[in-house]
Amino acid sequence: MKKLLLGNEAVARGLYEYGCRVVSSYPGTPSTEITEFAATYPEIYAEWAPNEKVAVETAIGASFGGARSFSAMKHVGLNVAADPVFTASYTGVNAGLVIAVADDPGMHSSQNEQDSRNHAVSSKIPMLEPSDSTECRDFVGIAYEISEKFDTPVFIRLCTRIAHSQSLVELGSREEYDLKPVEKNPRKYVMTPANAIPKHVIVENRIAAIREWAETCSVNTVEENGTDIGVIASGTCYQYAKEALAEKASYLKLGMVNPLPVSLITDFCKKHKKVYVVEELDPVIENHCKAHGLDVVGKELFPLCGEITATMVKEKILGKAPEKSASIPDLPVRPPVMCSGCPHRGMFYVLKKLGVFVNGDIGCYTLGGAAPLNAIDTTVCMGFSVSGLHGFLKANGESKKSVAVIGDSTFVHSGITGLINMAYNRSNGTVIVLDNSITGMTGHQQNPATGITLKGDMTTAVDLEALCKAVGIRRVRVVDPQEIDEVEKVVREELEADEPSVIIARRPCIMIKKAVIRPPYKIDSEKCRKCKMCMKIGCPSLSVDPEKGTVRVDDTLCVGCGLCKKLCKFGAISEN
Amino acid sequence: MKTTNIMIVGVGGQGTLLASRLLGHILPGMGYDVKISEVHGMSQRGGSVVTFVRYGSKVASPIIEKGEADYIIAFEQLEAARWLSYLKKGGKLITSSQQIDPMPVITGACGYPEGLDEKIKETGADLLCADILSLANKAGSPKSVNVVLLGVFARLTGIAPDLFKEAIDEIVKEKFREMNKTAFDLGYAIL
Repeated sequence: MKKLLLGNEAVARGLYEYGCRVVSSYPGTPSTEITEFAATYPEIYAEWAPNEKVAVETAIGASFGGARSFSAMKHVGLNVAADPVFTASYTGVNAGLVIAVADDPGMHSSQNEQDSRNHAVSSKIPMLEPSDSTECRDFVGIAYEISEKFDTPVFIRLCTRIAHSQSLVELGSREEYDLKPVEKNPRKYVMTPANAIPKHVIVENRIAAIREWAETCSVNTVEENGTDIGVIASGTCYQYAKEALAEKASYLKLGMVNPLPVSLITDFCKKHKKVYVVEELDPVIENHCKAHGLDVVGKELFPLCGEITATMVKEKILGKAPEKSASIPDLPVRPPVMCSGCPHRGMFYVLKKLGVFVNGDIGCYTLGGAAPLNAIDTTVCMGFSVSGLHGFLKANGESKKSVAVIGDSTFVHSGITGLINMAYNRSNGTVIVLDNSITGMTGHQQNPATGITLKGDMTTAVDLEALCKAVGIRRVRVVDPQEIDEVEKVVREELEADEPSVIIARRPCIMIKKAVIRPPYKIDSEKCRKCKMCMKIGCPSLSVDPEKGTVRVDDTLCVGCGLCKKLCKFGAISEN
Repeated sequence: MKTTNIMIVGVGGQGTLLASRLLGHILPGMGYDVKISEVHGMSQRGGSVVTFVRYGSKVASPIIEKGEADYIIAFEQLEAARWLSYLKKGGKLITSSQQIDPMPVITGACGYPEGLDEKIKETGADLLCADILSLANKAGSPKSVNVVLLGVFARLTGIAPDLFKEAIDEIVKEKFREMNKTAFDLGYAIL
């Protein structure tokens, strides 16, 4: 039966069909759904780990323990997991180990645009790149085969357009693989220098052997359509090239992007008069070609930044400029916003009012940086807010007008280590944990602080107050971010304190079951004085009536949180 | 067969995903190769959202580009205007007349553009702008805008209504099925 599957769902289907038993991941757009779908198969143990490093270590451990295992992450998550990944390249595996990494060219939902193929090259780990959902499923099987044949972890690289596109897949059934026997083998698994030195030689020989294998493997294919134009591409770029050029070009489609074959590419280049490399982000394939003296055209035509499109391929290779289509100029933009009733809104309102320098982090609350709140001053990576605040205050501690803002999931991911540093090295900073009891931005995943597992079972929950106290923070306070007067008082007090402190702003995300949804509020236009105080919180449910100039509520959006009512000095806003 | 391109555009949270799920259920059953693409994540938080649905004998790219859409189904007027450049010459733009203020309008940085439907028509686009929200409310919930719009779409394309109703039975929770079928019929009857 053919079924329309999301690329991520198809990867999960591959895990099921090819006998994966253990999955451990941390959510990250655009990789999240792989693990969510994997969790729907009872045959697969699947979990959310606190961060990508723990997740990959868990998967490595499961491979050592004899089970086909897996971990998924977004591109920046691979940076967090890089430490175990690079050495797992040395140890190799027992049962197959596959790591999926989803890049985000165009930065639809990311803080940078790095190309994960570079991680594959430098860690000497093979990497496959599917171009549709069927390949997403199939490549999982091939990845496990390579992993067990060559004793190596294997990457599967996705990008947003493959991970979040649906295409048809002929479903197969599950192949069971017995647990592999576990043997003590320190020379393989204990990476001290004495063991790792000979291992490095093995790794180099292994990647050379896989390069040889790549010359004839089934995932690297040639499609001949004449000798004028040759295109070398992989993943979604292959689809763009096909869309743009159809049978006007021949294709070398590389399903394996590391290691890259030499003879296969050389033969293809020699056979075609002009050869183009179509690849997003870094010139990985192009550099490989040029290093082997091949005359190809790549980044001189295609950009290093952002996504490639079929229109662009048509324009650059065939010289066909796109027809101009009708458009309406100067439309207002519609950036993402914090939801109506978002519990983060109250805290950002207070932080803006106090004019403090806010070290932000990665999550929905990054949206607190947008107008009209404008209350985020830095965003770097997961956990940065806490350690960044520490450094900021060590440099500039006199004013102490700076705080860190971090969500519960991100705090557990990597904020806690920064907090230990603040306690240990005697900071006087204030860390605000926005505890909305969920991992929000990626689509509401459980985390170690929620007390529920990925599979939906009840479990122990991290006690955030006790955790902060245990690492040496004496001043730990809990507030309801909706109570803005209280929040302001507490933030002021903690900013004054001469020791590190944590404020936990606790209220569930409005999108989850725990949240309370009330009927929409109403605004009495007779009482409204048009002062627009309520508009300062940037609630998408509120707008100004263009005729009357008074504020009105959109009944389809308002969830009755009541924050606007607290700001109205004229009693114009009330519950329905 | 040539690939047909449908775009579904709106504001994150408006329910555009159900519309593409229903199409994703129907089109493969009609024997087409199908690709559906949407971006999850940040834009779903009240941002401008788009879903690409492509079907034909063999579909390569999952993306629809400027000047290529046979149909654009818009849940909101400003979004209809924003994605207009993706409409093919001779393509059809269906939009709900609903207006949702984006943040620059909420903060007062600019006003909600006036007369968008006229401006769209002036470009020569084939526009159908209707009060879909009222029909959705009539069906029982403002959330059924997506299915009302699919009713309009079915009427324009000639895809059999029964296929949509079967898809509703398969995909929608039982307690919302009748409401969605009513919504579909109201959309179908609009022309």
